[in-house]
Amino acid sequence: MDFKSSDTVTGPLPEDHLPHTAETAVKIVIVGGFGVGKTTMVGSVSEIKPLTTEETMTQAGIGVDDNYGSDTKTATTVAMDFGRISITEQLVLYLFGTPGQERFWFLWNGLFEGALGAVVLLDTRRLEVSFDVIGRLEEKGVPFVVAVNDFPDAPRHPVEDLRQALDLAPEIPIVTCDARRRAASRDVLMTLLRFLHALATAKARA
Amino acid sequence: MTPPRRRRRYPEEQLPPPPPPPLPDSPPDSPEAAAPGNRKEVERLYILTGTGAGDGERAPIDLVTLIVARAEPPPSAAPEQSALLRICQAPLSVAEISAYLDLPFSVVTVLLTDLLAAELAQARAPLVKQARADRSLLEAVMHGLQKL
Ligand SMILES: Nc1nc2c(ncn2[C@@H]2O[C@H](COP(=O)(O)OP(=O)(O)OP(=O)(O)O)[C@@H](O)[C@H]2O)c(=O)[nH]1
Ligand SMILES: [Mg+2]
Repeated sequence: MDFKSSDTVTGPLPEDHLPHTAETAVKIVIVGGFGVGKTTMVGSVSEIKPLTTEETMTQAGIGVDDNYGSDTKTATTVAMDFGRISITEQLVLYLFGTPGQERFWFLWNGLFEGALGAVVLLDTRRLEVSFDVIGRLEEKGVPFVVAVNDFPDAPRHPVEDLRQALDLAPEIPIVTCDARRRAASRDVLMTLLRFLHALATAKARA
Repeated sequence: MTPPRRRRRYPEEQLPPPPPPPLPDSPPDSPEAAAPGNRKEVERLYILTGTGAGDGERAPIDLVTLIVARAEPPPSAAPEQSALLRICQAPLSVAEISAYLDLPFSVVTVLLTDLLAAELAQARAPLVKQARADRSLLEAVMHGLQKL
């Protein structure tokens, strides 16, 4: 492993330190196709400049290579941006922006497990790149909302047409947003939280 | 213009009735969508992941587990471990550690496992796995977002 010498590693800036009282963190995953605005959305609501974390996976691990155990396995590095929002002195929210067209995200143990939920960012110019990721969220039982990013040259479909095209259950919220605006991105997160709250309430009654 | 069309999928786990039996080592990428049957739509939204197979054995280190250094790095510590302890004077998530050290998440997990065992670092209350069902937590997050 090629590691920078210990003293060249710079940690967070003093203003990016969490208080010592911080003890619980939760996460939300923002998934979407190439260039759909994931980094923009993470950055517009994050209190820190978005950072990048990565994971290394082998071909065997991503289910492409049948010669499991052979030494021809090649490693793939996948990276994602993330940001942070301090909720209270104790509670911190992290937002991860992951390129949704890559199926191996779902093999990254613990990325979706334990997440509060997900936001699917949609580019109506290339709807089909989001099909697989939506299906995988459904399979994994990860609750999600859909946010349509407002690109000037993107076709505008009425929400109900989109719902049909995406075959989304009627209760799943679909909103539009401009991910460059903090308030708009925050509202998308609020939509997800309200949806999760409604699910939790319904579950408590059941 | 007619948009392309998708077909809905359904959770891999069979519900109800809960809880799903802990399957030993189920493959990470099981076959596509189990037969949906005529399960009620609403139910599939409640299914939690991360409570199933092998979970007890995995190190309880999540991307968002908060880590704090408890001691100065001993002279014997590897450079990566010293650096990790140095940047964790204030609580820092594993994802942030991975970003600042420029190391993959799984490598950080390994470094941390040693540091936690040696009590040189401490992991704060790990992520609440049932977070999705916890309404007061969701309310706290909503309240925090409103102030943004
Ligand atoms: N008009 C408009 N432009 C946007 C919006 N969101 C993002 N953009 C622009 O779209 C471009 C791509 O945004 P990114 O945030 O980099 O997209 P991404 O999903 O992170 O892209 P990759 O990581 O490369 O997959 C940038 O130039 C943004 O300024 C939006 O809501 N409206
Ligand atoms: Mg990006």
